[in-house]
Amino acid sequence: MAARLQRRIRRTRRGDYRLRLPAHERALLRSLPGQLRAVLGTDDPALERLFPCAYPGDPAREAEFRDLVRGDLLDRRLSAIEVMERTLDADRLDEDELQAWVATINDLRLVLGTRLGVTEDLDLEAVPDDDPRAPAFALYAYLTWLEEQAVEELAAGLPPSPAGDQRGPGGGPGPPPA
Amino acid sequence: MGAAAEGRGGTAPVEVDRPSGEDVAGPARKWLVVVWNDPVNLMSYVVYVFQKLFGYSRERATRLMLEVHHRGRAVVASGTREKAEFDVARLHAHGLWATLEPG
Repeated sequence: MAARLQRRIRRTRRGDYRLRLPAHERALLRSLPGQLRAVLGTDDPALERLFPCAYPGDPAREAEFRDLVRGDLLDRRLSAIEVMERTLDADRLDEDELQAWVATINDLRLVLGTRLGVTEDLDLEAVPDDDPRAPAFALYAYLTWLEEQAVEELAAGLPPSPAGDQRGPGGGPGPPPA
Repeated sequence: MGAAAEGRGGTAPVEVDRPSGEDVAGPARKWLVVVWNDPVNLMSYVVYVFQKLFGYSRERATRLMLEVHHRGRAVVASGTREKAEFDVARLHAHGLWATLEPG
């Protein structure tokens, strides 16, 4: 259903992003960054997706890695949340601001998706309206729709064929077949 | 996902680190940055993140995303342990499920 609605985010010729969000959508979005901030201060199991294990099976290295990066990862998330809160009523966002929106919306989807047990073949149409989780699925679908647009517009702003492309998986032919 | 996630979890990976106080493979030892499939991150988002973080072309980023999607995982970058950890941290900051493994 949402997919038939008018686009909410457009990249302009100036290279910033125009936001056309109806008042009720802004009202919905307004409460979300704060909710994410609140979750970040807990030990909610859904946070495992925001701070995944880097060295599965190597607790010593994992502990070292966490000590090194966890604080920074948390700070980045908190500042993205602040940017989204500060610009919730804006009609235009610059690239950094839209990236902060995407970061926060994606984190919200990770938390929601984990709680809802979302799978790749999730069929939102199949969730009955009287299912107690229906509102959460609807929110998840809306955030997915909005993020898809934002990413499409941000991708349009990337340089066409960057010179850095020769960097990467270390020259090898790629990983062995799984 | 899941099916292709062989070799994870389990118990004690007996990796004897620096048996004689020195990295056997020397400073050149390579680490791989692995991204795992997950049901939440959008395909378009994953492509965008690979382009933005690693400077890959859209084609290359798309190939890697599809490898993650179909095989369950892909090596998206490699380098010294320090660089690989930096890349994994950036991927985590973007909500991707990334791990390190020795190359």
